[in-house]
Amino acid sequence: MPRRVAIVGAGQTDHRSHRPDATGRELIHEAVTRALADCELTIKEIDAIVIGNMDHFESINYVDAWSVEGSGGVMKPIMKVTTGGTTGTSVAVAAYYHVASGMFDRVLAIGWEKNSESDTTAAIITCSDPIWDRFSYSGAIPSLATEATGYMKWSGATQEDAARVAVRDRAHAVNNPYAHLRKPITVEEVMASPMLAYPIKLLDVCPRTDGACAVVFASEGLAEKMASKPAWVKACAVRHSLTWFGDFDFNAGLMSLQRASKEAYAKAGITSPADQLDVAELYLPYSYAGLKWIEDLGFCGPGQAPKFVADGQTDMDGRIPVNPSGGVISTNCIGATALLRVAEAAIQIMGKGGARQVPDVKNALATGFGGCYWSDVVILSSQKS
Amino acid sequence: MNTGRDYSKLLTVTFNKPMPYEWSIGKWGSRFFQEIKERQRFIGIRCPKCGKVYTPPRRLCGPCFVELHELAPLSDTGVIRAFSTVNYPFLDPNTGRQRPIPYTYGYIQIDGSDSIFSHVIDEVDVSKIEVGMKVQAVFKKPEDMEGNINDIVHFTIIG
Repeated sequence: MPRRVAIVGAGQTDHRSHRPDATGRELIHEAVTRALADCELTIKEIDAIVIGNMDHFESINYVDAWSVEGSGGVMKPIMKVTTGGTTGTSVAVAAYYHVASGMFDRVLAIGWEKNSESDTTAAIITCSDPIWDRFSYSGAIPSLATEATGYMKWSGATQEDAARVAVRDRAHAVNNPYAHLRKPITVEEVMASPMLAYPIKLLDVCPRTDGACAVVFASEGLAEKMASKPAWVKACAVRHSLTWFGDFDFNAGLMSLQRASKEAYAKAGITSPADQLDVAELYLPYSYAGLKWIEDLGFCGPGQAPKFVADGQTDMDGRIPVNPSGGVISTNCIGATALLRVAEAAIQIMGKGGARQVPDVKNALATGFGGCYWSDVVILSSQKS
Repeated sequence: MNTGRDYSKLLTVTFNKPMPYEWSIGKWGSRFFQEIKERQRFIGIRCPKCGKVYTPPRRLCGPCFVELHELAPLSDTGVIRAFSTVNYPFLDPNTGRQRPIPYTYGYIQIDGSDSIFSHVIDEVDVSKIEVGMKVQAVFKKPEDMEGNINDIVHFTIIG
């Protein structure tokens, strides 16, 4: 049986499009020291580290070794985990496994990225097959655009419906002092922004951000001493399915998220997600995901998301507030992005959200998205059992 | 850590040198390009377990975890399953230069295949492209072919 594990501390950098004041190592240090301060630990008390970012992005290999000055990993067990966009949730899940196994008591999970140090789209293209797919592939946006056109066709959703998701996330980001984009936008501004790849416009999609995030996981018995309200890990589920873009079933939807959330809900005893989850920090890299994927997560039925969002059910005072942090559309330091979802979900449980805090959070959901339509799901709770 | 920024004093180092790689296309992938050169048509490969035909032909079926052997000759036509027209500039890691835009990225199901093939479609007016349209491959002249994905120039809409 796995041990019970909780998140006891979280830290993140001041996220910006360009942080020439700090190297990657130094950004990591900024997040790690904030995470340690959050749970009043010193680096000496950390037993092991799991770190990750996007392969190829900064052309830094052996990130685990390269970053030790910043991560605090000198002479500690370190593992690098990198799974594309899901890297952040993968490092969180791996850190959870470390503690749940009984082999380590206090483990630090770290995700980071300096998007300003390479061409993000070119770097993402290198994740596709060099013989068959790189020639035509153009990064994340068009593959998401194809999903969006498919969803719009069968659901009747409009570009304005999707724009409301971006407007919501950007409105929430105003409350998050760490967020990269903190200026609210309107549906009209989204609609008038340049068309990148139909139907995705500039303001429908996430920015490129420099930043890092660090989260401390601790075992039962220790966690209660480190945090007044630890965020207990109730469930983790991982589904990494495809590698060939052509294997995606456009009719089936985001099957990895459907399957991962189903498994996580079963583990956490959740039968009605929109009612039993108090907040959700979702990896929504573009606005249309805020429609399609909340259906895959079972917040509402197929085709109902446009109304669910328009009715305010995902707003701060709604039935299930989504992305109080401002989400990925406001901050996207890619290797840290999914870990930020876990960190922000934990912050909500711990009651440390400040202006972005949802009242009385008992259960929080975090998701990761990446690779070739891959999904990770993490459920945190204020209740140990 | 001090997060203040004084751009005039903060330097960066640039790397922009060629760094070549060489990737094996593999047994059936090589055959795919040879078939295009000799017969100007595609070939796929059938999984003995699930019966799915993959194009381009691959050696392994992921869901079944078995090796594939049975080649399936196909035509040069297919159907658009999804597409997107790309309007934003970006660096192409294949060439080291900006990829010419706009261009249309297509997920094409080759007739007789179950998987979907990624390539480009020679139409950039989104009002003239629809999912379900029939397309045909336009190949380079056989004498100009080099045994790579660019031996297919593009797909063109035929109805």
